[in-house]
Amino acid sequence: MSTGGSGATDALMAPTPRPPGGDEGGPLLDVRDLHVEFRTREGTAKAVNGVDYSVNAGETLAVLGESGSGKSVTAQAIMGILDSPPGFITRGEVVFQGRDLLKLGNEERRKIRGAKMAMIFQDALSSLNPVLSVGEQLGEMFRVHRGMSRKDSRAKAIELMERVRIPAARERVKQYPHQFSGGMRQRVMIAMALALEPELIIADEPTTALDVTVQAQVMDLLAELQREYNMGLILITHDLGVVADVADKIAVMYAGRIVETSPVHDIYRAPAHPYTRGLLDSIPRLDQKGRELYAIKGLPPNLLHIPPGCAFNPRCPRAQAVCRTDEPPLYRVSEDRASACHFWKETLDDDSLPSPDA
Amino acid sequence: MGRYVIRRLLQMIPVFIGSTFLIFFMVYALGDPVAALFGEKAPDPATAAQIRHDLYLDHSLGAQYLHYMKNIFVGDFGTAFNGEPVLTLMGDAFPITIRLTIVAIIFEIIIGILLGVITGMRRGKPVDTGVLLLTLVVISVPTFVTGYVLQYVFGVELKWTSPSVSPSAPFNELILPGLVLALVSLAYVTRLTRTSIAENTRADYVRTAVAKGLPRHRVIIRHLLRNSLIPVVTFIGTDIGALMGGAIVTERIFNIHGVGYQLYQGILRNNAPTVVGFVTILVLVFLLANLLVDLLYAVLDPRIRYA
Ligand SMILES: Nc1ncnc2c1ncn2[C@@H]1O[C@H](COP(=O)(O)OP(=O)(O)OP(=O)(O)O)[C@@H](O)[C@H]1O
Ligand code: SF4
Ligand SMILES: [Mg+2]
Repeated sequence: MSTGGSGATDALMAPTPRPPGGDEGGPLLDVRDLHVEFRTREGTAKAVNGVDYSVNAGETLAVLGESGSGKSVTAQAIMGILDSPPGFITRGEVVFQGRDLLKLGNEERRKIRGAKMAMIFQDALSSLNPVLSVGEQLGEMFRVHRGMSRKDSRAKAIELMERVRIPAARERVKQYPHQFSGGMRQRVMIAMALALEPELIIADEPTTALDVTVQAQVMDLLAELQREYNMGLILITHDLGVVADVADKIAVMYAGRIVETSPVHDIYRAPAHPYTRGLLDSIPRLDQKGRELYAIKGLPPNLLHIPPGCAFNPRCPRAQAVCRTDEPPLYRVSEDRASACHFWKETLDDDSLPSPDA
Repeated sequence: MGRYVIRRLLQMIPVFIGSTFLIFFMVYALGDPVAALFGEKAPDPATAAQIRHDLYLDHSLGAQYLHYMKNIFVGDFGTAFNGEPVLTLMGDAFPITIRLTIVAIIFEIIIGILLGVITGMRRGKPVDTGVLLLTLVVISVPTFVTGYVLQYVFGVELKWTSPSVSPSAPFNELILPGLVLALVSLAYVTRLTRTSIAENTRADYVRTAVAKGLPRHRVIIRHLLRNSLIPVVTFIGTDIGALMGGAIVTERIFNIHGVGYQLYQGILRNNAPTVVGFVTILVLVFLLANLLVDLLYAVLDPRIRYA
């Protein structure tokens, strides 16, 4: 007969050790050939056109790309929170821990959301419920997914708030989102995503809405927690400076496609896609202060009429006739790199292609 | 919060004085109450003068008003046309109208909100279009028309309920009149709820609630409804005063001896104490209901702070 006395007070927030990688030895998350379209009155907007990327446990994948390139829509499709209608997943697989999520029923999907994969949104003020206290919103995770009592879930909420270093958590747990500063509010969002120690967190521009001064603090906290819990992290961002610091690999999106994937350092050294090249050239650099910033000319394509061939061809300094007719496949550049450009080799080698404005 | 309530209560005093004086002035400008007492025949001048003196009518309007207000504060609302004190009339009429209003509010809450939620979540679908059309009809057809039609259909033809209400006006006889009284507001509650739900379904915090893996009913009730119903609750709150005052037509149709009925009698017989007394109480109800709504608003929405 067991006495049941041992280990009853488990170390509450200590991360549970978990084996590296997914359950089947494959990556934690593997998105394959994902297609999403929005059927609107004006026509069908092809927002995601064959996205492939993967994340391992403990790994950070940064997703880059201009506004409207489909970064958020891809994330929503993975989470299963796509606005449908008008959004529809028309093709592809989202393999998470060895199972294709798109084949699961609604109830199974729901149980995964929040518990095994969680999302952090950009604007914490509008993303938190204005009329419920942060304690209620945090505690709700434990009440719904773990069936905890109101009292226990409140204690958990306080621990979580302490975990993300919100001062005076015990008092502030009763407060409402509007009573927190922007940085503290985003910490609440992080705490909520972290609540059930998910295997994967998707952070959609988690610091964009914040003051520059607190951006770094919030990003550091997120990176630290990710390391500690050995979670997979998909970080959607515009900030290439942040990417260099925290990401392991990068996926660059253009018009709903991944145009380049690469380990982070290789891509900074030598991009294999002209679009990536343009993005990197448009970062303000200390050593080139005063020089006019480079910007990729032209506008992203209208998703109702994506140009034939390579979607980037109207804006590409390297475009040839073949680019206007043949859509480039995702060429394998090296063991862990790929580029969707007919001229990836030339782009890679020719590191001194003059910027058009230079 | 306490200071806010006190300030609001103090602000009510001038509003109360102003509105009662206005009513007082209008009613006394309406006609000669003494002449009305005698109906067709001309009164004997001496008797008329005596009555005028007894009723304090031989003073200036301002003095009459002060006299009236003074009496009100000791609970004397004057005498009604049938010789009973107006206070007794009120004691009979207000409970009936309050019951009628409660029935109407319950209809607004249950049917109005339910229809609003259903249409708000199925915008553009046949249910939505159908209900919207119905609310349009209800809003544009006058209450006395819908009232008589419903009375005829349910009271006379189907005999589900008695077409007129007995003097004691129990709840079960007030169901149909309550529905008639509620109809227009009910249509507005439906539309308001629908708009509010439609706005909030696209809100970021609803998306967060879904991303948290909450079951659908919890997302809808705890997150979506909790926010969407704030404007609806305040609308229903302010409607209490309007319903009580607006029961005149409904009470006439169903022969309910409530506030509206007594007011109507008072106007018909040119009995100033009845009219002024009842309207004064209605003004008070209206002011208090508004204060309660504002306080409720702060309870429902923590972002509102009164100081
Ligand atoms: N609910 C929706 N209805 C219709 N179209 C939508 C909807 N959500 C997204 N889209 C379309 O999908 C495209 C991709 O949007 P997405 O939000 O993924 O861009 P993004 O890469 O996240 O951009 P940003 O950097 O601005 O966040 C947009 O051009 C938009 O037109
Ligand atoms: S395929 Fe052609 S147009 Fe597209 S990026 Fe490469 S060079 Fe430019
Ligand atoms: Mg986005």
